Amino acid sequence: MSSDTIGDLSRALRRLGGTVTGGVARLGYMARFLGAILWYTPMALRRLHLTVREIYFSGVLSLVIILMSGLFVGMVLALQGYEVLRRYGAQEQLGLVVALSLVRELGPVIGGLLFASRAGSAITAEIGLMKATEQLSAMEMMAVDPIARVIAPRFWAGVISMPLLAALFSAFGIFGGYLIGVRMIGIDAGAFWGQMQAGVKVWPDITNGIIKSIVFGAAVSLIAVLEGYDAKPTAEGVSSATTRTVVVSSLAILALDFVLTAFMFRGVGL
Amino acid sequence: MNRAAIDLWVGVFVAIGLGAILFLALKVGNLLTLDSTPSYHIEASFDNIGGLKLRSPVKAAGVVVGRVESIRLDLKTYEAVVTMRIDRSYAFSKDTIASINTSGLLGEVYVGLDAGGDTAILNDGDQIAKTQSAVVIEKLISQFLFGKAAEGGASK
Repeated sequence: MSSDTIGDLSRALRRLGGTVTGGVARLGYMARFLGAILWYTPMALRRLHLTVREIYFSGVLSLVIILMSGLFVGMVLALQGYEVLRRYGAQEQLGLVVALSLVRELGPVIGGLLFASRAGSAITAEIGLMKATEQLSAMEMMAVDPIARVIAPRFWAGVISMPLLAALFSAFGIFGGYLIGVRMIGIDAGAFWGQMQAGVKVWPDITNGIIKSIVFGAAVSLIAVLEGYDAKPTAEGVSSATTRTVVVSSLAILALDFVLTAFMFRGVGL
Repeated sequence: MNRAAIDLWVGVFVAIGLGAILFLALKVGNLLTLDSTPSYHIEASFDNIGGLKLRSPVKAAGVVVGRVESIRLDLKTYEAVVTMRIDRSYAFSKDTIASINTSGLLGEVYVGLDAGGDTAILNDGDQIAKTQSAVVIEKLISQFLFGKAAEGGASK
């Protein structure tokens, strides 16, 4: 073997090792950061208006996109579901199909993805810019911890907003399914709601959906504040941190969704 | 935006969010609808309940009058004992027949009640005497096949 190939090979191995140790270190940093947020939470909760303000920015301002998307997703589900169910003569089950897919999966997941791109990116950009303009350092100079003042309220606002947004997404989706299924296609309204009520259980279906959305809210918020806090204090650094927030939190939502689903719906009367 | 306006909007947001969760739990998950109405319990034993599940509907002439509340196996008779919670506004005669039916080929399984002519009515905790078990398709097919085989043997 020539020395050239050995050199290439060792370089590739070194790169691989670097990526792995870098990833593990990043995970450790994330855990330490979450610990710091939790440590400063009581201090942040004493100034509750900061969290309320962040709920306004990440929750209230996301309402329009969440409600519109929920409505359209529910309408598409009803059209697609009807098309398949009709082949088996089971059109009456449409309400059940729409409600279960929204409550179990689509509400938390699509809601989370929209939340990551609408609110998560904004949080990262805001914190990154605060860092670039040295506002965070200024706070430290005034003996105000930026984690208590800036980071923790944004984190908790995400954790609180996300389940509410996911529930609204599901509710509007079911309304959209009702519009298409009952009003347009003409399925009996009693059968639509009746099959839904007979098939959807509060436990595990609805509670598990809510647990999922809380986990996604925590994951997206943590990634968003971390990327912003850790961004390079330049225009490029902020822009790449914002991109990373959307990419990483979308992947995190989908991966966590798989893990949570595998745990939650394993043999519970499917 | 001043603090009061933000508080108001966040309050509205949290209220409609909680409203959506409540809507999912009550209207979609049907947590309380029948539990809150006054009701009474009746029992029925079946040889075979097929695919009957908890919260399956109980219907009389196609109208939902209650839900299955518990299913257990009686170890003396090896029969399934189904407890049903019936809406208080519906009364059934003592000689009512309970049967386990399926709506359509793939539809849901439910308990059907066919009222008789007795003037005495079922009270809380009473047991329905006459029941009809679920039709198990595998048994029907095997009966049909054995019947055919026996016919074929006889005609030779």
